[in-house]
Amino acid sequence: MKSYVLPEFWVDRDDYRCIRCGVCVNQCSYDTHYYDPEDDVVRAREERCTGCQRCAVFCPTNALTIRTHPYEYRPNANWRKENIRDLNRQADTGGVVLTGMGNDKPLRIYWDHLVLNASQVTNPSIDPLREPMELDTFLGAKPDQVDVTCGRVQGSLPPQIHLSTPIMFSAMSYGAVSYQAQLSMMRAAGEYGTLANTGEGGWRRELRVYGASTIVQVASGRFGVDRSYLNEAAMVEIKIGQGAKPGIGGHLPGEKVTPPVAETRMIPVGTDALSPAPQHDIYSIEDLSMLIYALKEATHYEKPVAVKISAVHNAAAIASGIVRAGADVVVLDGIRGGTGAAPKIIRDNVGIPIELALAAVDQRLREEGIRSRASVVVAGGFRNSGDVIKAIALGADAVYIGTPALVAIGCTVCQKCYTGKCPWGITAADPRLGKRINPDIATQRLVNLLRGWSFEIKEMLGGMGINAIESLRGNRLHLRGVGLAEWELEVLGVKGAGR
Amino acid sequence: MEELQRIANPFGDDKAMDACGLFGAMHLKGETFSGRDIIIAMANMCDRGNGLGGGYAAYGIYPDYAELYAFHLMFEHRRAKEATEAFLEEHFRIAEQGEIPHRPVPGVTDPPLLWRYFAEPRPGTAAPDDFVVERVMDINTRIDGAFVFSSGKNMGVFKGVGHCHDIGNFFCLEDYEGYLWTAHSRFPTNTQGWWGGAHPFCILDWTVVHNGEISSYGINRRFLEMHGYYCTMQTDTEVVAYAVDLLVRRHHLPVELAAKVMAAPLWTQIERMEPEEKKLYTVLRQAYASLLMNGPFTIIVANRDEMIGLGDRVRLRPLVAGVKGDTLYLSSEEAAIRLIEPGLERAWIPKGGEPIIGRLADARVSGQGAALLDQAQGQ
Repeated sequence: MKSYVLPEFWVDRDDYRCIRCGVCVNQCSYDTHYYDPEDDVVRAREERCTGCQRCAVFCPTNALTIRTHPYEYRPNANWRKENIRDLNRQADTGGVVLTGMGNDKPLRIYWDHLVLNASQVTNPSIDPLREPMELDTFLGAKPDQVDVTCGRVQGSLPPQIHLSTPIMFSAMSYGAVSYQAQLSMMRAAGEYGTLANTGEGGWRRELRVYGASTIVQVASGRFGVDRSYLNEAAMVEIKIGQGAKPGIGGHLPGEKVTPPVAETRMIPVGTDALSPAPQHDIYSIEDLSMLIYALKEATHYEKPVAVKISAVHNAAAIASGIVRAGADVVVLDGIRGGTGAAPKIIRDNVGIPIELALAAVDQRLREEGIRSRASVVVAGGFRNSGDVIKAIALGADAVYIGTPALVAIGCTVCQKCYTGKCPWGITAADPRLGKRINPDIATQRLVNLLRGWSFEIKEMLGGMGINAIESLRGNRLHLRGVGLAEWELEVLGVKGAGR
Repeated sequence: MEELQRIANPFGDDKAMDACGLFGAMHLKGETFSGRDIIIAMANMCDRGNGLGGGYAAYGIYPDYAELYAFHLMFEHRRAKEATEAFLEEHFRIAEQGEIPHRPVPGVTDPPLLWRYFAEPRPGTAAPDDFVVERVMDINTRIDGAFVFSSGKNMGVFKGVGHCHDIGNFFCLEDYEGYLWTAHSRFPTNTQGWWGGAHPFCILDWTVVHNGEISSYGINRRFLEMHGYYCTMQTDTEVVAYAVDLLVRRHHLPVELAAKVMAAPLWTQIERMEPEEKKLYTVLRQAYASLLMNGPFTIIVANRDEMIGLGDRVRLRPLVAGVKGDTLYLSSEEAAIRLIEPGLERAWIPKGGEPIIGRLADARVSGQGAALLDQAQGQ
């Protein structure tokens, strides 16, 4: 059947520059480029191009420009190219349109409508290059009161995890990302003093040397979960939902379930790894509490247990229930949260922006007097350290970053992760593609990312006259809104700029 | 006083900011001395204020009524006085009352009615301290035009709009004899002068004078709200006062540790501590992270037994300590101490975050530099 889908990208090859070296042919895992020996020319099958720019980056003579395809339908504000394309793809296959990465729709990005404060005159700003500046963050439940008798603390705190910077790597399972990508994130987390999350795809035995900087996930598929999986990690996270696909489970297409992935997940090779939509032992909040305590029992109350939910309409009430159910950390994943594979219709339409969810949850937990009982971690759509520091000011203890980490090791957000053919080797199932990531270099790039963002956060903190991150956490007086409606300011708990 | 925030913070700023001069003097064996020298010291630091507020806390000034709560009140009009007196009559047995003595002083204009009452809760009142706190909150928030300056025993707060030394003269403080004095001159950046808004702030016999701007105010306030404290006046000083109350009175932390919560040691310092100490400070920082006072500040906190000087941990606002005999001085500027005590035995600048504590009980100064002090005192 002839597909009516037009190519999304236009391969512009400057024939004068092209030296027929074949790099583009080899680099493109979608077989977009091919060499025609008869005419001694390199040609493109543009319908295969995902716009990942791998070929353009590696072309030694800069002969390639990959551009959005200039084709035009009759202009129509309602029937845009994307709508027609998706519909055509669906008519071709009769399936659910899949996608990867986070929501790309122009939903309001509240980070861009929040601005930060700085000290002037009445309060000296602090130079982090010359004075101490502390980003140390502890995840875990805190008591309302410390009992000190005769100069000694009575009892001890629930388990606390130290982060040297309030930035962690999001849950990305082995299978969704390549072995090399996961290895690099775990190494970088360990090197910088933060945590990386295994996702729900099990945990390769040889990666467990990074246990002190690893969060293991217990999701509805329970892939790879056993006693040592839980006990060799620093923290355990129960995944109820994910921002990219609230209400549904994980989807690892069978194409990506290679023998090592199958072994790690404990499932047959080539089968779709479909996590159930709910956890079938959690149909209510008291069931969640039982799972939390089951995991605490299994880990001897030595590890914080986190519960991750998608940011949905009544996230505040749900988060309150999660804290009361005994979670040490509440994780919120917003509508712009990334994914390796999700139905496009869900990714683009379900959930709420993380900024609003975070503000509502932090405020609710405070009103109920239980904010200290759990740390709040947020995920979904962070692009730079400015977004991170604004999240801290709104009330987050720490953030998860997924897409920024992938971008640091080559990702160009082409949204084709679900194909398993990532030419950058990040979400590739083919081990030959995975080898395109040199873990030493990728680790260095990820450490550089954490370092650079941490420096920037320190600079901004110092500008506000603050030398410890906890003094900004939930300190919304350092934020002002620009271009926001009254109700948005109210939910965010910030004043409009100039007020 | 209804709508304290409207009065204390008329422009609705995040918080009312102050820059200021502080002074404290305490005889560690409880011998009393006149307020004259304190006024002189404050006059010396006149430039640290801008004439929009000054005040004093004096301990030991009412020995004849030592067992009674001494309420210092301001009324903006007679109706406030009548309403307050009816309220006090209802809840307390008033042993003595009268106008707080004062005299006309140039530079102090338009004073409110200033009265004091020596009273005790009606017999059978359980937890009289908590009862007094609640009644003070009632008067401050419900009776229009009335505000309680102070409510402790054998102590009082004298404050108003004007330069600090003018306020001291206005209240004739040279006529009072106290063993512990603190004083404050104010340079507010955003509030109009209001007599109740001057420092010291007082609840029971705790007083706070404060110089600084607390950058962490937003989270300190939200944390205290979780513990039932509502910041009605939106001043930095208010969060300091409530934080001390929460940590010392309700959570029973020693004052030294309360100081270490508000001006916490750096993690790199904690890392180097002995195991038991390391655990203590780690837990305190983890649990009370939201009470870390960030940004520049110096405070002098006092109660009937103690005077505590504390600066922020990177020492962005001045604090000088000095000792002569059994008297401990704390000041924004050393010159002010030397002016009234030329024979000062020792003066030093405490490290940031290190509390200097003068205690009546053991007649000692503790805190950083105290070992050297013992030496000095021994000589």
